Amino acid sequence: MDFGFTDDQREIQRTARDLLAERATPARVREHAEARTVDQALWRELSELGWPGIAVSEEYGGQGLGQIELSILCEELGRSLAPVPFLPSALAATAIEQSGVQAQCERWLPGLASGETVGALGTVVDGVAGLVIGGADSQVLVLVEDDGTGLVIAAEDAEVTPLQAIDPTRSAARVSVPDGAGDSLGDVCVGLGRSLISVSSELVGVCERALEMTVAYVKDRKQFGVPVGAYQAVSHRCAQMLLDTEKARSTANFAAWTADADPERLAEAAAMAKASASDAGREVTAGAIQMHGGIGFTWEADVHWLYKRAQLDAALLGGAKRHRAQLSAILADKVAASATA
Amino acid sequence: MDLTFSDQETAFRDELRGWLAENKPGPAPSEGDDDTHYAYRREWQRKLYDAGWAAPAWPAEYGGRGASLTESAIYFEELGRARVPMAANVLGLLLGGPTLMVWGTDEQKERYLSPILSGEEIWCQGFSEPDAGSDLASLKTRAVKDGDEWVVTGQKVWTSGAQYSKWCMLVARSDSDVAKHKGLTYFLMDMEQDAVQVRPLRQITGEAEFNELFIEEARIPDANVVGGVGNGWKVALTTLMNERAGLGFALQIRLRQLLDDLIAKAIERGTYDENADSLAELHVRCESIRLLAWKGLTDVERYGQPGPEGSLVKWLWSDTNQRLTQLAVDIVGPDALTSGESWSYELLRARGNTIEGGTTEVLKNIVAERVLGLPRLKVAV
Repeated sequence: MDFGFTDDQREIQRTARDLLAERATPARVREHAEARTVDQALWRELSELGWPGIAVSEEYGGQGLGQIELSILCEELGRSLAPVPFLPSALAATAIEQSGVQAQCERWLPGLASGETVGALGTVVDGVAGLVIGGADSQVLVLVEDDGTGLVIAAEDAEVTPLQAIDPTRSAARVSVPDGAGDSLGDVCVGLGRSLISVSSELVGVCERALEMTVAYVKDRKQFGVPVGAYQAVSHRCAQMLLDTEKARSTANFAAWTADADPERLAEAAAMAKASASDAGREVTAGAIQMHGGIGFTWEADVHWLYKRAQLDAALLGGAKRHRAQLSAILADKVAASATA
Repeated sequence: MDLTFSDQETAFRDELRGWLAENKPGPAPSEGDDDTHYAYRREWQRKLYDAGWAAPAWPAEYGGRGASLTESAIYFEELGRARVPMAANVLGLLLGGPTLMVWGTDEQKERYLSPILSGEEIWCQGFSEPDAGSDLASLKTRAVKDGDEWVVTGQKVWTSGAQYSKWCMLVARSDSDVAKHKGLTYFLMDMEQDAVQVRPLRQITGEAEFNELFIEEARIPDANVVGGVGNGWKVALTTLMNERAGLGFALQIRLRQLLDDLIAKAIERGTYDENADSLAELHVRCESIRLLAWKGLTDVERYGQPGPEGSLVKWLWSDTNQRLTQLAVDIVGPDALTSGESWSYELLRARGNTIEGGTTEVLKNIVAERVLGLPRLKVAV
């Protein structure tokens, strides 16, 4: 029993954090967010380092590492809000690798792993994916339906309408698929489960950063002659933000572990992780704005980027309620199974 | 990250599981008073003791098994899972013994540890006072040196098991002229003297788990000072640290069982769907508590000390148990509001969870100050 990361995993985390602290500075993130552009120089650098292919198998040009390593990168990128299409592209790669046939993998994965191809994943209702994060600058799209079916389609074959989502650090698009276009994938459940974990890990990173910024601010900001963080109305909210963050982290890390080590529990663990992280993302970043007071409501302060990212991620692949519904079905089955056993 | 047990841990678990299957006691006596119930717990401890299972975490030289932290957690998980009663001398086993192992003299260890383990001598904890709850160091019970004895006068509260106890872990003020944390001494007080009066404290459940102690010139020999005169605060912290450590795993499993019972109840009553969201949220919280508790253990194994993050687990557990027992009222219906029924007991008992062993408000302060490093507001005194 060991909840810690291995030395190699810690090294990945440390290297990623150091690099992003240098490259994805708040000023740089702001510049790209305001212009709604991808930081192409950073994306190229991350691609050269092999980040996009971290969990893609070696056979398709990736590094063949596991969900834990992928989650570590998602968390660090969430912390930094780096304006690169890492998460959407990783979700597409995961879905294709887990449910695609060999030809589909061969066609798309090498490009996704090297970062030359950018992908995105969206959920479809009545043939339309209303909001696909990263959709406007992708070359390949994976679209999944509620029933666990999915298809992969080259962006040029789909109808992609760029949208301006509230989170300007990544592109977004409305996507629809013309009749008969696209290439069916097999059952996407495992790919979706893993994708939920990646999104959850990114949310944990967002929460962590929001809490750090808030703690730094309330230690510094003085009213009535004392730092506002000395007031329990403020400090207790910060404590709540920590609890929410750690609760989300515990389930996200557990889920990342199950993905490779105990796949039978993947569906349950992924639903727990996404329910927990979606709630935490919303609550913690809302708390960050509130605890910053008036300054937190201004465009100049950086906390709103975190709030906006959290809103998009919390909704991505379904929010907390939807995953609790999923979980409640799994629980009912378990109780029924133990009753008949 | 590896969330599986090693072969040795699995063997430990299987041995215990096997033993519990053969030896676990029948249901608690439904008739009879508190004394009958206590006798039942005492008998259970004797059985654990005879089989070497009373305190596996104790070193072998003191009669334990030298179990690792992980094995110790497994021990409490398995006891919880088997739904066995708490050993009668739980405070001696979890708090008193480990405190003596750190601070006690060789003579004290020789004299006290073995009867704790067997349950021959029951221990209670005399820390809180009517005016010293969260602010424990402000306690007023006074100890005055008289020859080679100490004369103690004061009042203690929330003392569970006092009426059955031989020894009380007592913290008293031995010096009023120094800073409040520095004037305290930790004693072992013999409860079998007229100067110590025990009065049961009836709680909102109607039962009396706790007592008040009225101490009027009780005598404590100098040999019963633990950890040195004036060092009581440090010794008390050792006791309090142990309070958080082991029990968490038993409580976590208990919560899990209540939730499983509640889910089954909701399905049986056809109200599962309308409560599905709340039940799923409780499930996520239960799992988080389990995961955070195990993570805390990993940290101790790696870094040697439990972090103040342990406060998060206690906070989340107590809040979750209150939510769960409150939801049970909606799911179970009238039985949960009828005195003497188990769900109504759980509902009322859960109100104590966010107060006992550190109120949630104090835990939030601890998290804010020691984990997040936020400044402490200077309170005018």
